[in-house]
Amino acid sequence: MWDLVLGDRRINSLRLVAPMWNGTRGIHRLGGAVVPEGNQKKERTMLQFLTDHFYDVEALRGYLLQREMSKVHLKNRFRDKEWIRPDKYGHFSPEFWNFREVPVEAVDASDCEINYEGLDNLLLLKELQSLSLQRCPHVDDWCLSRLYPLADSLQELSLAGCPRVSERGLACLYHLQNLRRLDISDLPAVSNPGLTQILVEEMLPNCQVVGVNWAEGLKLGPEEQPQDPASPVPA
Amino acid sequence: MIRRVLLHGLGRGLLTRRPGTRRGGFSLDWDGKVSEIKKKIKSILPGTPRDLLPDTSHLPPEHSDVVIVGGGVLGLSVAYWLKKLENRQGGMRVLVVERDHTYSQASTGLSVGGICQQFSLPENIQLSLFSASFLRNINEYLAVTNAPPLDLQFNPSGYLLLASEKDAAAMESNVKVQKQEGAKVCLMSPDQLRNKFPWINTEGVALASYGMENEGWFDPWCLLHGLRQKLASMGVFFCQGEVTRFVTSSQCMLTTNDEMVTLKSIHEVHVKMDHSLEYQPVECAIVINAAGAWSAQIAALAGIGKGPPGTLQGTKLPVEPRKRYVYVWHCPQGPGLETPLVADTSGAYFRREGLGSNYLGGRSPTEEEEPDPANLEVDHDFFQEKVWPHLALRVPAFETLKVQTAWAGYYDYNTFDQNGVVGPHPLVVNMYFATGFSGHGLQQAPGVGRAVAEMILEGSFQTIDLSPFLFNRFYLGEKTQENNIM
Repeated sequence: MWDLVLGDRRINSLRLVAPMWNGTRGIHRLGGAVVPEGNQKKERTMLQFLTDHFYDVEALRGYLLQREMSKVHLKNRFRDKEWIRPDKYGHFSPEFWNFREVPVEAVDASDCEINYEGLDNLLLLKELQSLSLQRCPHVDDWCLSRLYPLADSLQELSLAGCPRVSERGLACLYHLQNLRRLDISDLPAVSNPGLTQILVEEMLPNCQVVGVNWAEGLKLGPEEQPQDPASPVPA
Repeated sequence: MIRRVLLHGLGRGLLTRRPGTRRGGFSLDWDGKVSEIKKKIKSILPGTPRDLLPDTSHLPPEHSDVVIVGGGVLGLSVAYWLKKLENRQGGMRVLVVERDHTYSQASTGLSVGGICQQFSLPENIQLSLFSASFLRNINEYLAVTNAPPLDLQFNPSGYLLLASEKDAAAMESNVKVQKQEGAKVCLMSPDQLRNKFPWINTEGVALASYGMENEGWFDPWCLLHGLRQKLASMGVFFCQGEVTRFVTSSQCMLTTNDEMVTLKSIHEVHVKMDHSLEYQPVECAIVINAAGAWSAQIAALAGIGKGPPGTLQGTKLPVEPRKRYVYVWHCPQGPGLETPLVADTSGAYFRREGLGSNYLGGRSPTEEEEPDPANLEVDHDFFQEKVWPHLALRVPAFETLKVQTAWAGYYDYNTFDQNGVVGPHPLVVNMYFATGFSGHGLQQAPGVGRAVAEMILEGSFQTIDLSPFLFNRFYLGEKTQENNIM
């Protein structure tokens, strides 16, 4: 995080992150999206100059950055409850044991190597509301056919980027009648993403299905500008 | 003197194989080397006869431990498990003899490809459950180096069986047995059915059973191809030819009741080539009858059923080919992506095919309506009169549909009790059966293959006990009836 703030060239990536850190002002000018380009350059150089030459300015900047980060953590909550994350070694803190009786509402298993047998553990969570299985390499159609026990509580499911999920597995999601948000974008094994999305939307009428970038198949005319990849996908 | 004896003994063993016959794995490019040698000999001696070193690569080997008659999914499954469970790698030579390498009439390729656990017999349920886990982990079972992983195109959409008033009690007890065996099936009332699938007309339906997991349909060609590929890599021999004769040797023995019994054992199989009188006698130790719809002919060749009726010698193998039609139609307003394979109270069934509002299905004819199994011609009137009315009644959207194509295939129909025949014959001691599954052979093939391999290698069934499926029941008259047949 510290590296993102320093250095002129990386300011572009910071702009994408900026919307998360809304309402922050101060000498960082992290709400950079609002400040016009020319002004920013001059102030940045001034700050940079000061930081390079005075240790105290560097320390002050570091302290303010930490404050910003803790505010961001406060914002990154699942409906007002904090995510319980592992530390840098992948271990969970021992205080986790105190939560044994508390029902689990959301599980983020993105990039996790969970497989068909491993889903046994998730299916025991009778009050699970949100499940994210993004980019899981072993989640396939057989695994999706196991998800029906979560039908009463599951409202949000994300399968974006799973390489083995095809339209045949998506048919099993019919059992999840309480589903309100479904993400089926970027599934390479689906043969016809547009048609599949239509069929899934018909199958789950109460669910908002996020999937296909409708502009993908279209050819751009000579007068149209190429699309900015950072702009939101028209749902 | 000793040298002469040794040469004589060795000579019989080594030189009986004609030069040019393929041993399989003798050296790389053996066929190329042989053709080079032939060219050299021809150039040196221009007057040599054409068949100096005849090409016999199309013939099966002269000796084989196991000969499997029939190269469909059941035969290949038995071959796979024999090779997988053998104690020594390369310890058994297995030969698969298939009459038609295009599989144009084989039941495997023409099958609808469904798999379900909704049977009444616990053994059938266990076989299906094992097959589901086999298909799920197919890339671990059938992995071949440098070959791409198999994609079975499995649709886990489940089976929905509908029952009328008179069948409801049977369905309830069946579902109880299925749940006990570990199948994930649930019962639904007509109201629940209407809620779940609004496109169904529940008139006449008293109860429905819906399989939630491990049920659906897949591509049988992919399984066939995967098995063939894996077997080739495991060193199984394939031969395209027809079995025309078994040479047996008999032994008369006395039973404990002092009755004379003639036990036969097959020691040679004659495999005849296509469009030719050429045949190859293959010496064998075990023969497996996996010939599907034509199993009865193979059994008759071994003398099964040749005897006074009512005796064990006179008990024929009651498997005969029955023709079944499958129709593909297009219906744009039909049921959506979630549609399971629906089996109606009348016996008509249908399922979705692909993303484009295409459906396929059919119906088993009654005994009086049985079509002539002499060929695989499709009777389109059968659809108009016997299938469509039931479909349109059950799913009103199917009142407007357009038939795109149709095909016919054979069931290896067991006329006795519509269940498979597995295991050895009591009198022809080295013929094992793996046939007669009457329409659910494909979905039980992995389990049955394993059972037959266990029977051969260990002497008894180890994992799933298929004793109710032995041949003896035809003589004893004990039916192992399966109630849920489509």
